[in-house]
Amino acid sequence: MPRPALRTAHATTLLSFALPVGVGVMFLLGWHAAVRISGSDLFPTPVEVGRGLLELARQGLLLKYVVASLFRVSWGFALAVAVGVPAGLLLGWYSRGFQAFNPMIQIFRPISPIAWIPVAILWFGVTDAAPIFLIFLASVFPITVSSIAAVQNMQPVYLRAAQNFGLSRGELFRQVILRASLPQIITGIRIALGVAWLVVVAAEMIAVNSGLGYLIIDARNAGKRYDLVVAGMVMIGVIGLVLDLLVRQLEKFDEVRWGYARR
Amino acid sequence: MMEPGNVQRSTPNVQRSNAEGASSLDVGRWTLDVERSSERAAIFIRDVSLTFPGKRLGDEIAVLDHVSARVAKGEFVCLVGPSGCGKSTLLNIVGGFLTASSGEVLVEGQPVHGPDPRRIFVFQENGVFPWLNVRDNVGFGLRGKSKEEREKTIAHYIAMVGLTGFEDAYPRELSGGMRQRVEIARALAANPDIIYMDEPFGALDFITRLKMRADLVRIWQAEKKTILFVTHDIEEAVQLADRVLIMSKRPATIQQVVEIDLARPRDLDSPRYLEKRDEIFRIMGMSLRVGETLSV
Ligand SMILES: Nc1ncnc2c1ncn2[C@@H]1O[C@H](COP(=O)(O)OP(=O)(O)O)[C@@H](O)[C@H]1O
Ligand SMILES: [Mg+2]
Repeated sequence: MPRPALRTAHATTLLSFALPVGVGVMFLLGWHAAVRISGSDLFPTPVEVGRGLLELARQGLLLKYVVASLFRVSWGFALAVAVGVPAGLLLGWYSRGFQAFNPMIQIFRPISPIAWIPVAILWFGVTDAAPIFLIFLASVFPITVSSIAAVQNMQPVYLRAAQNFGLSRGELFRQVILRASLPQIITGIRIALGVAWLVVVAAEMIAVNSGLGYLIIDARNAGKRYDLVVAGMVMIGVIGLVLDLLVRQLEKFDEVRWGYARR
Repeated sequence: MMEPGNVQRSTPNVQRSNAEGASSLDVGRWTLDVERSSERAAIFIRDVSLTFPGKRLGDEIAVLDHVSARVAKGEFVCLVGPSGCGKSTLLNIVGGFLTASSGEVLVEGQPVHGPDPRRIFVFQENGVFPWLNVRDNVGFGLRGKSKEEREKTIAHYIAMVGLTGFEDAYPRELSGGMRQRVEIARALAANPDIIYMDEPFGALDFITRLKMRADLVRIWQAEKKTILFVTHDIEEAVQLADRVLIMSKRPATIQQVVEIDLARPRDLDSPRYLEKRDEIFRIMGMSLRVGETLSV
């Protein structure tokens, strides 16, 4: 079939919007039909989930739980960035340090944060510190590892140019090493944020009594309210998407855009 | 001014004592050269050898074999030779990014101990910082200067390389030729005495390359810098240089030096130009029948 010779930018934008919306609508319809056909009285239809969300919002619980989860993620994640980026830059730069610490990092890294839950409860009790610790653990490794790789993969020509201009150590670090690594560090941060969000929900299922993870477990235990269970899941998904979109905005700055493949 | 005795004392190394042992006449010649170089030569390369250690013992790659050369102040010298012969290696030693296995390099009469902002390198793989726009790249070597002076210098050199209007553009938005212009402007803005260039136009298309060469010669005439320019392209060398140093295959020495005493701007189909070009082709042992514009 011949393609239209001139596709306006407007039409392209419209299409890029219409396609995912279309898939979403199909999914909701399919979901609805599946519940109706199976005749399940426990699993909710999309409409019932929507009503559940409204109910939570009216009670003020929706906002409260979202804020509680975001609060924990913010702290755990901020700590991970504060530790992981400088550590990664240093280990990426000093190969002796890398040799010394890398095996330890590689041993800790594959341990799922879920496995740390008993330890977190032991150390921090049922306080906010426990999920924050778990989120920290989950995100500090991807951030550190990508920061290390960012420095190690830096094109040597930038370093040599900088040396040629007689930069001091501090200037070299701030103006060249950090700048050259930033795109890859941001990618690491984006991946880590996804993992952090994954983990907060899991952590809240066990250790605390607020947040979206708690909502899911609580709705299930207190009266099999599966509409609220799924409502919690929907919120997790939507907020995860929003977080990712937000971090992606970082990749649009001129200072880092060069580091990503052209799209 | 340096005294011969001074020079000898300031440059004790194995290579030197070997040379002295071999022939006292040699020493005399070198001393004379160094003495003269302290007045005139911007770059003085003496008996430089370099061997890269191989992966295993006995795998060493001898790249440079007693290379000696000199570049006068304000001179435009091209270094040509077959690919992989050690041109970049030699330039990196002169630029202070590599240390020779033996021999010495004096720049402005001083031994080289690493890169120096008074001599700026223009890299084969383009060393413009992609996270800075054109303005900040060109101003990179001006960190100590006042704001007004910075701005004036930046504007001056951006105009000189013909990039006025692109101050806020980022390297990824520029063509390869424009990026190379940014790097040249950045080098010039730092006001070095010497510019080292390692095949700076190698990645550009033919027309852009011709244009860049013409602009480089114009800039060099205006700025009176010393330029040591590495290329594997014989035509390029004849178009640009006052003198062409021809390197042999690895392990490389300077095989011959050809003076290009042609007035600038150079006429690329004048018999004198073609004569020089063909002379270098012959020295490098290449048949001229393959094609008139063949480059190595
Ligand atoms: N760091 C290195 N270690 C080992 N061998 C090297 C290294 N750098 C260059 N070489 C070798 O030295 C030779 C000269 O390289 P180079 O100076 O880059 O040549 P060119 O004349 O093309 O610029 C090549 O054979 C190359 O493989
Ligand atoms: Mg080279």
